[in-house]
Amino acid sequence: MPEFSFLFGQFLGGLTAAMFLFLIASGLSLIFGVLRVLNFAHGSFYMVGAYLAWQLVRWTQPAPEAFWIAALGAALGVALLGGIIERLLLRYLYDREELYQLLFTYALVLIIADAAKVLWGTQQLSVSRPPSLAGSLQLFGVTVPHYNLCIMLLGPMIAFGFWLVLQRTALGRIVRAAALDRETLGTLGANVGWVYTGMFMAGSFLAGLGGALVTPVKSIVPGMDVEIIVEAFIVVVIGGLGSFWGTFLGAVIYGQVLAFGILIFPRFSIFAVSTLMAVILILRPWGLLGRPIR
Amino acid sequence: MSRRIPWALVVFLVAFWVPFLGSRFYTFVATDIAILALFAMSLNLLLGYTSLVSFGHAAYFGIGAYTCALLMKSLGAPFLPSLMAGGLTAAGFALVFGFFCVRLTKIYFAMLTLAVAQIVWAICFKWNDVTGGEQGLPSVPYPDLAWMGSLPILENLRLGDLFYIVVILIVLLGIAALRRIVDSPFGRILTVIRDNPERAQFVGVNVRLYQLAAFVVAGFFAGISGALFGIFNRGVFPDFIYWTKSAEPLIMTILGGMGSFWGPAVGAFALVVLNQQVTSYTEYWPFVMGAILILLLYVFPGGIVGTIETALTPARPDSSGATPAASQQADRGA
Repeated sequence: MPEFSFLFGQFLGGLTAAMFLFLIASGLSLIFGVLRVLNFAHGSFYMVGAYLAWQLVRWTQPAPEAFWIAALGAALGVALLGGIIERLLLRYLYDREELYQLLFTYALVLIIADAAKVLWGTQQLSVSRPPSLAGSLQLFGVTVPHYNLCIMLLGPMIAFGFWLVLQRTALGRIVRAAALDRETLGTLGANVGWVYTGMFMAGSFLAGLGGALVTPVKSIVPGMDVEIIVEAFIVVVIGGLGSFWGTFLGAVIYGQVLAFGILIFPRFSIFAVSTLMAVILILRPWGLLGRPIR
Repeated sequence: MSRRIPWALVVFLVAFWVPFLGSRFYTFVATDIAILALFAMSLNLLLGYTSLVSFGHAAYFGIGAYTCALLMKSLGAPFLPSLMAGGLTAAGFALVFGFFCVRLTKIYFAMLTLAVAQIVWAICFKWNDVTGGEQGLPSVPYPDLAWMGSLPILENLRLGDLFYIVVILIVLLGIAALRRIVDSPFGRILTVIRDNPERAQFVGVNVRLYQLAAFVVAGFFAGISGALFGIFNRGVFPDFIYWTKSAEPLIMTILGGMGSFWGPAVGAFALVVLNQQVTSYTEYWPFVMGAILILLLYVFPGGIVGTIETALTPARPDSSGATPAASQQADRGA
């Protein structure tokens, strides 16, 4: 039996990973929930967020808490990129078959990956932790960096903020209506086109923010885009596409299965989460907390 | 009209002469095209004929490749039985996975096929003892083709050229078989399911069973093409199964035109040739491919074959293709 502090360390590691994933996956889930588009490029937005954060940190270096400004700027930049893509291209595909939407977002993956290589090269880049959170904390014999602790709180708070807006405001009601029946909403006078654009931007914002916030923990490399999208997919499928709390649950399950799966089957922990996803798709295609569509 | 011409035979008679151009490079490119054409056409049985969007077709390609390579490399099994084993193993897995996948519709079908492919990828990536893990299975042997070298026309050809002849023979046999399948009553029912699954169900068709059968047949031919590709590539690697690989036959199919039988083969030809051309100028081939894909989706949704067909057919005011698209355009304006 391994020591408690070791297990606790695994648990915290899994939780940190889960909270990053939750930020990203909640954006993916938000976009699917309203637009019914499965966005392969969500991982690419995450990568762009990471690169933009690195770039902004470089430009704003001397400022003491430059990192936070850079992270916010990067997320806003990605939201803008998402908005432009949605307005110029994606919105013409809503009425086409799923295949066209999937291939469109896949084309974005290819284009953005190469564009990032042109702009930022292929070498590993990294961002140091913001000085205010550079320390760490001892918890049951486990060293927890302040930054990780902050993410564990910040991730859910930001996502919870989105949920509050969706559930408790007039704007949120329009968005939920758009998810249910866009035609009726349109006849009631809402500008459905812009609701969609807004939602796509909000989802992209979350991806960009996730990418920016992950930079002090993980180095930025080409290929991080296609890797994260698979993880985010697994999370939203487990929890339920379009379901907010489902995504949270999915992220926590994913993080823990991965963290403890490594102890039980050192080699097959990736296999364990993919299998979990497949089993859920077979038994409850709408996920643990999702609702079946139509 | 086109039914009268045995196109597979015509293509074989033309493609047969490629090695005699004397360039190793041409043979290499032509082998690549032939194998990927079969891969893309197997997918089109699902995509174009049954309207099932599989985003995990690379799984069956990879299973065929690993099976055949393992048999030939580790057990020293002869080529043809290994090839068939590759196809049949892929079909077997397609039967098991497809059983669950066809229960889901549309986007969920795409996601489950993707999930299953990722599981297969994870297994191949980690199971070092059998699949070689991350390193894959390098140096898969060529089949023993010495006997072909003693045939009259083929006597001066290199091993790679002989293998090419074998590949086009197998690929075109596969394509001819696919043609028989789509023209058979079975194939007709698939198109009925594509056009209107509910109606198919009402007239008593077991929709899931037919979809599953299509899935298995597509898996078989994907497995055959994967087995050939493993030998051609002189190695089998987990990359064969990664989710991005599953997009390739989709792109080829869209590029050639999924509405036509030969469309995916035309797409494979165009994509491979384009790849060779573009990569000689720039390393950013994925960028170019993405741009082409977007152009196709927005401007030429019928692909190469579809666009040519539209250009050749005299315009009819009541042609069904134009009207729904136009009305959709109007809907989106709001």
